Amino acid sequence: MKIHEYQAKEILRRYGVATPKGRVTESADEAAKICEELGGRCVVKAQIHAGGRGKGGGVKLAKSPEEARQYASQILGMQLVTHQTGPEGQLVRKVLIEETADIAQELYVSITLDRAQGKPVIMASSQGGMDIEEVAEKDPDAISRVAIEPEIGIQPFQARAVARALGLKGGAASKAAKLITGLVNCYMDTDASLAEINPLMVTGGGDVMALDAKMNFDDNALFRHKDILDMRDLAEENPLEVEASKFNLNYIKLDGNIACMVNGAGLAMATMDIIQLYGGEPANFLDVGGGASQEAVKNAFRILVSDPNVKAVLINIFGGIARTDRIARGVVGALEELADVKIPVVVRLEGTNVDEGRRILREAPFQFIVAEQMADAAEKVVAAAKGGA
Amino acid sequence: MAIWVDNDTRLLVQGITGKEGTFHALGCRDYGTKVVAGVTPGKGGEAVEGIPVYDSVAEAREATGANASMIFVPPPFAADAIMEAAAAEIELVVCITEGIPANDMLKVKDFLRSHPTRLVGPNCPGVISPGMAKIGIMPGHIHKQGSVGVVSRSGTLTYEAVWQLSNLNLGQSTCVGIGGDPVNGTNFIDVLEQFAADPQTEGVIMIGEIGGNAEEDAAAWIKANFNKPVVGFIAGRTAPPGRRMGHAGAIVAGGKGTAAEKMEAMKAAGLHVVENPAELGTTMAKALGK
Repeated sequence: MKIHEYQAKEILRRYGVATPKGRVTESADEAAKICEELGGRCVVKAQIHAGGRGKGGGVKLAKSPEEARQYASQILGMQLVTHQTGPEGQLVRKVLIEETADIAQELYVSITLDRAQGKPVIMASSQGGMDIEEVAEKDPDAISRVAIEPEIGIQPFQARAVARALGLKGGAASKAAKLITGLVNCYMDTDASLAEINPLMVTGGGDVMALDAKMNFDDNALFRHKDILDMRDLAEENPLEVEASKFNLNYIKLDGNIACMVNGAGLAMATMDIIQLYGGEPANFLDVGGGASQEAVKNAFRILVSDPNVKAVLINIFGGIARTDRIARGVVGALEELADVKIPVVVRLEGTNVDEGRRILREAPFQFIVAEQMADAAEKVVAAAKGGA
Repeated sequence: MAIWVDNDTRLLVQGITGKEGTFHALGCRDYGTKVVAGVTPGKGGEAVEGIPVYDSVAEAREATGANASMIFVPPPFAADAIMEAAAAEIELVVCITEGIPANDMLKVKDFLRSHPTRLVGPNCPGVISPGMAKIGIMPGHIHKQGSVGVVSRSGTLTYEAVWQLSNLNLGQSTCVGIGGDPVNGTNFIDVLEQFAADPQTEGVIMIGEIGGNAEEDAAAWIKANFNKPVVGFIAGRTAPPGRRMGHAGAIVAGGKGTAAEKMEAMKAAGLHVVENPAELGTTMAKALGK
């Protein structure tokens, strides 16, 4: 799960991570008022769940409360396009108004899980403010890594080592070590999957603080973090994905026109891949769960066909424990309830009782296109999507 | 010979009194696995379809000589269940549970460093040696005893591969689902080491997914150490970066873990890389000269 910058900063402050003073708002008038409180100068920052906001015009420096009002009214309601939003952009509903900072240095620090080591790893670089993926590619030595023992937590010598790797000395180094310790403790306590401060700022006065902050969380651990779950902003998520999550369906919207419904995540990905291999574009990822119950199939189908781009549907189910004749009845039942579906539906069933399953499909009062293998299914659905376009 | 699971397997099921636990404990028994015990804390003394239930793994092991465990305990308690089985010196633990927090699995990994238990999973379909025994939720009857080893991060995609093999009359030695989570007990190399030493296994199908670099590591290991033919496939070449494709571990993050990179690494290591998942079986047949 993702949260906004202002929420990440709010959590990090509880762990002693210093941030610029500021407040979030949805109104331009309020933005001017906050700017006034901050001394008449401020930064207006769009709050969306995507990086690259500055380049897209979502971050502005205001030299007066009036300017803050103007910038806020420009940014609020805009479709902010960044390299992470896709070409349609993301609607800005909130802005963070923060005091301006006297930036002497911009650094980078983050913590995430290193799967190969099976440990959280701190990454630090003196090249802050930049895209860390770019730094990693061009100059991998510029990033230092320190692994944390999950059972022991961060030790003072490790925090000092990271501060040194950032090139800091004296008071700034001890302030940075304190901040890094807070960052790691916060990451562990909240079951985060990423906590990133970019840039980490050193001020002219030698203070060290998080100028920007990003946190993602392990979805599997949200059951024990109600406070974080409450920060979920459904407005930032695709409405079809939100709808699917209500039925425990794993759905991800993509840009193509062939909808697919599959049981199991690996087979679902492989189905998307084979659609592309045969010259089509998948409209989504959808895993209805290994058992593919009738209820799941019905809700999934409704969500798939509500995507206006969809020109054809491919249902690819491997019936293992769940028998294919039951799944076939589920598919037929689902379509009976959704009587007005006009787009072609290709169904490929395989596994237990497959002959009976295919017979049920053939005898149903719908024009299913029945396919026998994955390749056959992909070919048929790509042809069907082209025919309907 | 097969690996890990065979006629000597004596299985206990943690979480046997739950709906899933009961269903799949009986499914394993129907397939021919010796299911000797169940464990649910607080339900010791009961029985599930003739399978005695104990309060703890240690008691169940003591009473029945169980040497393997299959776990269906809900996510908040699953890490504890794995560690309980390891502490009771169960040799093989297969954790089916999906949705265990990554931090809990880090603790488990730490705990297992001082215990000899082999953990497979979590979030996996399990392990089956066709014709002998199965520990897991896979449909037994699509399998056939034979010479192909299968190792995979997915569930139903593994069934797809097995089905293709069985329809070509190519049986399997052992099929291992290592699971779709970022932190798991058994990786590709652990399984490949076993397949290398198993005379029954003549060739291997390896099915990976986007995310992490386990497939790249395995490819490098195969190049240096493995002499049997390996057919490789990576699911998720159409997946956009930064989006989790169902499995917690299936995510392209920081530009790393793409299908293209993994397939490239497998090609470079001499694997028979399949771009079309419908050709897993036929490619294996060709590689084995059958």
